Order: sequence, then structure tokens, then C-alpha cells
Amino acid sequence: MNIALKDIRHGLFRFVLTCFGLGLLMTVVLAMIGIYNGLVADALAIVKLPKADLWVVEARTKGPFAEASKIPASTRDAVLRMPGVSEAGAITFQTIETAHAGRSLRLYVIGFERGRPGGPDRIVAGRTIGASHFELVADRKSGLQVGDVVRLGRNRFSVVGLVEDAMNSGGDPAAFVTLADALELQTTLDPAAARIQAARGSEPAYKPTVAAIIARVAPGADIGLLTATVRQWKHLGALTQAEQESLLLVSVVDRARRQIGLFLGILLTVSAVVIALIIYTMTMEKLKQIATLKLIGAPDRTIIGLIVQQALILGASGWGIGLVLILLVKDAFPRRVVLEPFNVMVLAGIIAAVCLLASGLGVRAALKVDPATALGS
Amino acid sequence: MPLGDILVDVQSIAKHFGEGETRVDALRSVDLQVRAGEVVALLGPSGSGKTTLLNIIGCILEPSAGKVALDGELVFDKGWLRTDLRRLRLDKIGFIFQSHNLLPFLTAEENVAVVLDLAGWQPEDNANRVHELLDYLEVGHRAKVKPALLSGGEAQRVAIARALANRPRIILADEPTAALDSVRAQLVMDLLRKLAVEQEACIITVTHDEKIFDRFDRLVNLRDGRLVNG
Ligand SMILES: Nc1ncnc2c1ncn2[C@@H]1O[C@H](COP(=O)(O)OP(=O)(O)OP(=O)(O)O)[C@@H](O)[C@H]1O
Ligand SMILES: [Mg+2]
Repeated sequence: MNIALKDIRHGLFRFVLTCFGLGLLMTVVLAMIGIYNGLVADALAIVKLPKADLWVVEARTKGPFAEASKIPASTRDAVLRMPGVSEAGAITFQTIETAHAGRSLRLYVIGFERGRPGGPDRIVAGRTIGASHFELVADRKSGLQVGDVVRLGRNRFSVVGLVEDAMNSGGDPAAFVTLADALELQTTLDPAAARIQAARGSEPAYKPTVAAIIARVAPGADIGLLTATVRQWKHLGALTQAEQESLLLVSVVDRARRQIGLFLGILLTVSAVVIALIIYTMTMEKLKQIATLKLIGAPDRTIIGLIVQQALILGASGWGIGLVLILLVKDAFPRRVVLEPFNVMVLAGIIAAVCLLASGLGVRAALKVDPATALGS
Repeated sequence: MPLGDILVDVQSIAKHFGEGETRVDALRSVDLQVRAGEVVALLGPSGSGKTTLLNIIGCILEPSAGKVALDGELVFDKGWLRTDLRRLRLDKIGFIFQSHNLLPFLTAEENVAVVLDLAGWQPEDNANRVHELLDYLEVGHRAKVKPALLSGGEAQRVAIARALANRPRIILADEPTAALDSVRAQLVMDLLRKLAVEQEACIITVTHDEKIFDRFDRLVNLRDGRLVNG
């Protein structure tokens, strides 16, 4: 006869309610873990997207994500000519706010050269950009659909395809356009700068600049040597893919990450205390029954089993409910919530440990209780 | 009726609570022997030490001095001679409490079965024994009911069934009939008498209830922690 289960069934409504409450708390914890992971994944998504080996940027900058970087678009040919470079493409990034379907829409516009690195990867709906002008591939989180038309600057772009998981570290969904369109957007959005240049009589009045040149190298090429070579050009700097990623984590998302990380820590502590409290009170309420059990001859094993089993059942249900709820609501979040099986298992481990610790407190009290108290009126 | 073995044998038992100013001498040198088949009433004014004595016999209270032997086994002499007192209780002693103390989350039959479960009975024997007892005590029809829905008398009879389930030879009861009307009280006592004879057990009952005095073989009077005659 399993008295732990019988006792749970006796006060089932209350127990279920407690599990559900704990489940909600676990949902918040899992959401926080997911948001934390999502933040990191989002931040890296944009850097990982072009599958580059080398980022050529403006000298002495940590561009193009951590700092602004501007280099002539023509640098691409120079990079391409370097030994070991197999592919190279110019790329631009700019955040544009526009309106669509009656609401404002922020897009992280990425200009890329068709047929070169930097374009959309893994199209999930529609197709990739096929024409050299006025076509756009957007991230699904933008809410745009294939066939939609959005106005960017002076021009109207038709959405021809959708991708997933492409956004900047601020969470703005990406929109891919051709480099030509992106360069035109830059000038139309910055008429003052263009006018100043024209007034100065700079010749030519407009010299296209891009944020970076991304390059892929041939197998076996020495990336270290390549970056060193690029850096010899006075106006250029170079970052490897790994440097670019760590830069982004350290300088761009680090604070947000620490912020959420700290909050997650607090949340876990609070959850641990709540679980401990629930289990402890659950045991304290049963002290008289535990005394009765001792009086009729139940060994410590039975009493420990009662407490520990209930604690673990509570923890497991809370964890399960939390997991189901977060999986249900995760896609409703405006930004990505990424849950790795590993995180979920670690949380299960933490909950189990907390439950065991808390039942340890309860067990201590239960083992101390005098069977004679069962007789007291 | 021929008297059986000595089941309870306490010698020169003393028990005091606290020290110095607050010292209370609940028992001062009590000797008591109870044999199989005997039904003994423990009488005395409030505070005379009845519950204390019963708890010492039931091994849930440690005496300050003296010796306790149960069913021929010396269990206390300056200290407990057995470490597994709960097993001893499970095997040899049945408690019937005034407040019946059934586990609220178990049904009537489960409350009885849990004792047999702990004692290591096979499920089938366990179930048979439970139903035999409950039927015998005329609460078989309430077997699947939880204590909260039992009447005082029914709950008390389930508690008696639990106390008797593992066939203990020493049955201790602290005012078992206090919650019952006089007819029921006498029925319960008759029942306990019958069981004592059938199971060769002894029964020691604390009571204030004069209506049932005639149901006992022996009345033992406590006054101020000592046994007195009459
Ligand atoms: N745990 C304890 N701590 C201190 N004193 C106690 C304790 N238990 C009992 N006593 C004292 O010991 C004396 C005997 O108590 P006991 O409970 O045995 O009396 P009783 O005969 O059962 O009384 P009643 O008829 O009221 O139940 C009383 O003076 C009581 O106050
Ligand atoms: Mg008493």
C-alpha cells in the first residue's frame, strides 16, 4: 500500500492546485531560460547567417555590429583577389522603420550581392531574391507574408520569400534586399549627407560605402595570415568569424545577458525557497499522522518514503506542467524563446535536488516527533 | 478461567517529568502483572499517572527507573534493551486511543490493512484478516469509507480492529469508551473481553466509566503515582 499516493489522493484538489501553482512558477523559470538562450541565439544569428570566415571592416573599428563601419564597396574586389579567398561579398546593415498594414514595422535591412555570401539562407516560404531590384526576403517574425508589398524609402518592395531566425541583437527582424537597393536606401534616407557631399563638390558626388566585406576562404587557407594582410591596408581592419561572434557576445549583448542571467538566478532561488516551503509545510501538517504511524509501528523507512515521494511527485508535476505550458506559449513571444533539452534537464535536476533537500528538513522534523503526541488530545 | 502466561510485568516503575522546582513525580514505584486472558481496568483521579503507566507499558515513554518485561521478554532495565521499539509495538502491542486517531487519508479497511502491511503480511492474508475483523466488529459495510464519514462508534470499532489486526497479545486502551454511549461502551467492552479470551491476550484499559466496571476481571487503582487497594 502506497500511503504517499493515498494521502495525495485524499487531498487531491489541493495537491493539484499546488502542483499547478508550482508549474506556473516553473513556466516563468523556463521562459526566462528560453529568453536568455534566445537573446544569445538571436545576437549570433545575424553573424552566423552569412557563414563567413573573415569580416573585412573599417580600420580600428569593431564593426559592423559592435561599432559602425564604413568601407568602399569596391574593397570587395581587392579582398577577392587575395590568395586563399574563395568568395567575397559586400554587405550593408541598417535599421529602417516603416509602416505596414496600419502598424509600424521595424526591419533590420541587410543589403547583399546576389550570388555572393551574405544572402538569405534556408527560405521557408516563397523563393529567394530573383530580380536585381525591389524584391525582399523577410524574417517570419516581421509578420510579412509572401506577396505583401512594403514601402522602404522611396520604393515599394514586394516580399518574395520568408526566412526564420534572422534578426539583430535588438530583436528587429531581418529583411534582405539587393545591395543596389540597400545603397539607394542609404542615400535616400540620408539626404542631408548626400547634399553636403554635393555642395562640397566631391567627385564623384556619391561613392557607395558598405558596412563590411565578408569572405569565405578556400579549404586549408591560413586565416591568420589573411587577417594580417588585410590589416596592412591602412583603412581596413579584419575580424575572423570567431572574433566577430565573441565580440558580439561581449560588447553587444553582454549586459542584457547578465541582466537576464541575474534575474534568472533570483528566480531560481525564489523557486527553490517556494518549493522548500511547500514541502516543509506539507510535512508539518502531517506530523500528527506521522506520530500515529510511528505508534502503530511504522519504521522510519515508511515515513521517509511518504515525505520524499510526495516531494518528488510535487516537483515532477510542477516541472512537467511548466514544460507543457512553456511549449504551448513559447511561439507567442515576440522574440525567440530557445529551450535546449539540456536546460530542461538541468532544471529537472535542480528541482529534484531542491525537493530532496526540502524533504530532508521535513524528514528531520518527522523523525523527531514523539509517537506519544498521537495520543495527546 | 485458568490464568495464562504473564504478558505484562512491570517492577518498581517510577517516572518523573522535569527537575528541581518543576519536577512532577507521575509514577512512584509501581508493580503490576497482567496475564493472558485478563481484562484490567486502570482507575484513578486525573493526574494520578494512568496514561503515563500505559505509555510506559506501550514502550512510547521511557521510565525513570524500574523494569518492564513484555510477553516474557525484558525490554527495559535502566535503558531500552531493544532498539526497534516500533517493531516490538507492531508485533506485540495494540493501541486503542480515546480520540481514535485513524489516518484520515485511508479508508476504514486501509487503516487496518496498513498495520498488516507494515508487519509484512501477504496481500491476500491481509485482505482476509481485515474483512474478518471488520465484519466481526460489525463495520464491514463501512470498509470503503474514510474516517471523516464514520460515526464515533464506527470509527472506534475500526480503531479496535486496527489495534487487533496483527494479533498482538497486549492491548492497551486509554478511555476507549469515552466517546460512546453506555450501551455501545458495554458492547465494546464485551467485545474486548471476548477477544482477550480468544486470542490469549491481555487488555489494560484506562477508564473513568463506572458503567463498565463490572466488565473487568480486576480494577487497579492509582493515586498520586502509586497503586492502592480497593
Ligand atoms: N510530558 C509531560 N511533561 C510533564 N508532566 C507530565 C507529562 N505527562 C504527564 N505529566 C504529569 O504527570 C502526571 C500524571 O499524568 P497522567 O497523564 O499520567 O495522568 P492521568 O492519570 O492520565 O490523568 P487524566 O485522567 O487526566 O488523563 C500529571 O501531573 C501530569 O501533569
Ligand atoms: Mg490520561
